[in-house]
Amino acid sequence: MANLRTLISSTFAALAVGTTLAAPAQAQDYKIGDLKITMPWTRATPVGSKVGGGFMRIENTGKESDFLIGGSSPIAARFEIHEMAMDKGMMKMRELPEGLEIAPGKSVELRPGSYHVMFMELKSPMKEGEKVKGTLKFKRAGTIEVEYRVDALGAKAPGQGGGHGSGSGKH
Amino acid sequence: MLRIIRIGAWIASAALVVALATLVWLGPSNKAVRDVIFADFGAPINLATHDGGRLTSADLKGKPFAIFFGFTYCPDVCPTSMLELTNTIKDMGKDADKMRFLFVSVDPERDTQEHLKLYLSNFDPRIMGLVGTPEEIAALAKGYRAVYEKVPTKEGYTINHTATIYLMDAKGKLAGTLAYQENAASRLAKLKRLVGAGA
Repeated sequence: MANLRTLISSTFAALAVGTTLAAPAQAQDYKIGDLKITMPWTRATPVGSKVGGGFMRIENTGKESDFLIGGSSPIAARFEIHEMAMDKGMMKMRELPEGLEIAPGKSVELRPGSYHVMFMELKSPMKEGEKVKGTLKFKRAGTIEVEYRVDALGAKAPGQGGGHGSGSGKH
Repeated sequence: MLRIIRIGAWIASAALVVALATLVWLGPSNKAVRDVIFADFGAPINLATHDGGRLTSADLKGKPFAIFFGFTYCPDVCPTSMLELTNTIKDMGKDADKMRFLFVSVDPERDTQEHLKLYLSNFDPRIMGLVGTPEEIAALAKGYRAVYEKVPTKEGYTINHTATIYLMDAKGKLAGTLAYQENAASRLAKLKRLVGAGA
């Protein structure tokens, strides 16, 4: 019996340690008001490129709509909120003048090929592995400081390589 | 009576569109059909290159090429496409030297030759950048059925544009396309076939 208790408590202890170790590696979550922002990330930009996209998931746990209406970053002169879509082989981009709505009880994914924030007039290229600071401004919740992790050029999801099948995109 | 003729004409043209679309759909497997439909596909090239030279259609004679219309202020499609192309060129090995790779800027206003040179330094050196006047670029894009349009944003503009890479054979005829984010194996197979190295 004593053995069983030891076993159980050591299992829990191991689980607890595992969780603590695993959690900080990935989680980059922020909370402001009713909004939860998960893992902001961006991608390395080619030398000479003046723009970069920022991505994250925003969840609204509240009862009213909120809108991402702006933001800033010290690395860029300007900051915009865009939607991208492919339409019959054509890449279409548009600015969302009213901001991006996050409906109550829903979450919105900002990702490559879809909604994203744009860092415009970059002061220098973003390099893989770096962190980029910035703010996000919401109509209701207000302004919050976040940090974006810079992933590989051409990465399609956070933590992914640069679009090469074998993962050797980082030459 | 006029009304019937008009309706008839509409039906006839709709049928023609469907027929053409079917032919285009079957196209990749039927070279003869494709050659007829796309007989006038493409346009003469005579543009400044990113490294300060000039490229004309004569330079391309007898060599297949891949051509893409983009711009350096493009946040997603262009760098991703050029990165994928760079990877495919590496995968091709020596076969890549049997063809040319062209990046035409559809943003003459911001993409100077020097700026394009800096931008392309991120990618395989065999990708050649081309710049021209708005009129030169418009004429070239028209020949390739590539479309682009300026979209104003709060304090500037971005550009909507065709994200397809066109593959032209050694005779300057359309041989196929690479779609945005087409998988690596398929891209490699198409380019190898284009240079006659088998798929």
